[in-house]
Amino acid sequence: MAKETKTLNLNFGPQHPAAHGVLRLILQLDGEIVEKADPHIGLLHRGTEKLIENKTYTQAVPYFDRLDYVAPMNQEHAFALAIEKVLKIEVPIRAQYIRVMFCEIGRILSHILNITTQAMDVGALTPTLWGFEEREILMGFYEKVSGSRLHANYFRAGGVHQDLPKGLDKEIGKFCERFPKIINDLELLLTDNRIFKQRNVDIGVVSKQDALDYSFSGVMLRGSGVPWDLRKSQPYDCYEQFEFKIPVGKNGDCYDRYLCRIEEMKESVNIINQCLANLPVGPIKTDDGKISPPPKKEIKQSMEALIHHFKLYTEGYRVDKDEIYTAVEAPKGEFGVYLISDGSSKPYKCKIRAPGFSHLQAMDYLIKGHMLADVPAVLGSMDIVFGEVDR
Amino acid sequence: MRNIQDLEKILNSELNTKIKSSLIKHNQIYLKIDEADLTEVILFLKSNSKTKFRQLIDITAVDFPENEIRFKLVYLLLSHEFNQRIIIEIDVKEKDIVGSITSIFPAANWMEREVFDMYGIDFKDHPDLRRILTDYGFEGHPLRKDFPLTGHNEVRYSHETKKVIYEPVKLEQNYRNFDYESPWEGTKYIKEQTKE
Repeated sequence: MAKETKTLNLNFGPQHPAAHGVLRLILQLDGEIVEKADPHIGLLHRGTEKLIENKTYTQAVPYFDRLDYVAPMNQEHAFALAIEKVLKIEVPIRAQYIRVMFCEIGRILSHILNITTQAMDVGALTPTLWGFEEREILMGFYEKVSGSRLHANYFRAGGVHQDLPKGLDKEIGKFCERFPKIINDLELLLTDNRIFKQRNVDIGVVSKQDALDYSFSGVMLRGSGVPWDLRKSQPYDCYEQFEFKIPVGKNGDCYDRYLCRIEEMKESVNIINQCLANLPVGPIKTDDGKISPPPKKEIKQSMEALIHHFKLYTEGYRVDKDEIYTAVEAPKGEFGVYLISDGSSKPYKCKIRAPGFSHLQAMDYLIKGHMLADVPAVLGSMDIVFGEVDR
Repeated sequence: MRNIQDLEKILNSELNTKIKSSLIKHNQIYLKIDEADLTEVILFLKSNSKTKFRQLIDITAVDFPENEIRFKLVYLLLSHEFNQRIIIEIDVKEKDIVGSITSIFPAANWMEREVFDMYGIDFKDHPDLRRILTDYGFEGHPLRKDFPLTGHNEVRYSHETKKVIYEPVKLEQNYRNFDYESPWEGTKYIKEQTKE
């Protein structure tokens, strides 16, 4: 007698600790095998693009912090670069170094969070506790330079908001000396860990072709063996001046992606060290008074500076009519800004290309035929943050 | 590496009748084509060995409410081999139905859903055209320029009915959109008040 089978619909989330935020995943299960996954997103949709259309360019920057909130400055970077290209602003070299340095700090922040939570999703608690201690220190650097730990609002078109406070470079240097040992500790816990490998090796395998077809970028693409990194292939700011390697995976499974992230953290430390060793002196933002606000000292004495200050903080600077797409290599992949300016002080249209959006889209393709228990592992290795997916 | 002018030449010679205009700016090619040629052009760009635009980066739309042809659909493609980007633009009227490219790039699925959700542009042959970012049962298309920034409905938990309810937006203070470009005239709503 044939047994009658029935598929089971399971709601994974919206509040599930392994969903990394507010994901509602509707799974169709046959026993423990996933037949179909339908992610429902948008539970964190805040209308960022609509809001940006109604704010001046300066006021739009903080919205970028709130997209991928574990690596805020990397996203501000994309927006700042877009405006700079349209306005054809030359960014002072010191500002470029500072921006690169903080982007790499952002990359470490994001990768620590991802690696350790991925480990937690498959059952290891210790890496999270160790990793978050380091994140705290890095966020301390964010605070020292911008005044807040998470929502930095630090990058500006034409440079950065303010210079590094005294002694911060030494502190970052000290961190870079210590941190490789922490990476090592994490690796000792995870890389050869039997349980971690059983849960990740050969899970969520992405072929090269599929990675391209599904618009994967960043680690998701490199993990599948495509050597592509915008920092190398389309360098922005002063990335050309640094020597660093791009780790590329072989098998395209969750484990390879984990290894790529570990190696990328080491390279980031390497870049930060190079930044600190050659940090130039000089201005930290463009001296064009029509774009960057004057120093406080001048406002008290110069009429022109006062007018500039007033105009910049009320109307804001105007950006010529243009249309541009700029992308940066954010920790999660290609983060792009498609900007249409109309000559006023507000963007006419600002489309944000979030890497996580395309990654999550492939959830159905990735998880089909896997067990239910692999869902958190795959989700964890995709590095999803809902701030940027939902926008 | 091949430079961007060469790519423009290749495109113009291979697709000459289909291209309305092409432009090089910021080291990217901006291509204007007809809506009817969309799938063909994209398939060509993806499969041709001289172009190899193997990755769809994004699809988005732009709203120009004062134009007769209201929307502009934008497709961003990237070629890893040649390290080049291309931006394809088509003009779309409000009621037009655009051909879906999900069969060429599976990644287009959610991107087209987003455009549908935000701008209300329909896609033909899309496997699963639902809203994606907005709430279940949402009405309107938020990124259209005539959609108010504050929206139409707000949501709260009602203690009386013991469930989540939707009601029209009530603002304590109107959204103030200052017009800084002409400082002597003030904002629109002040002008309206003084007129009365």
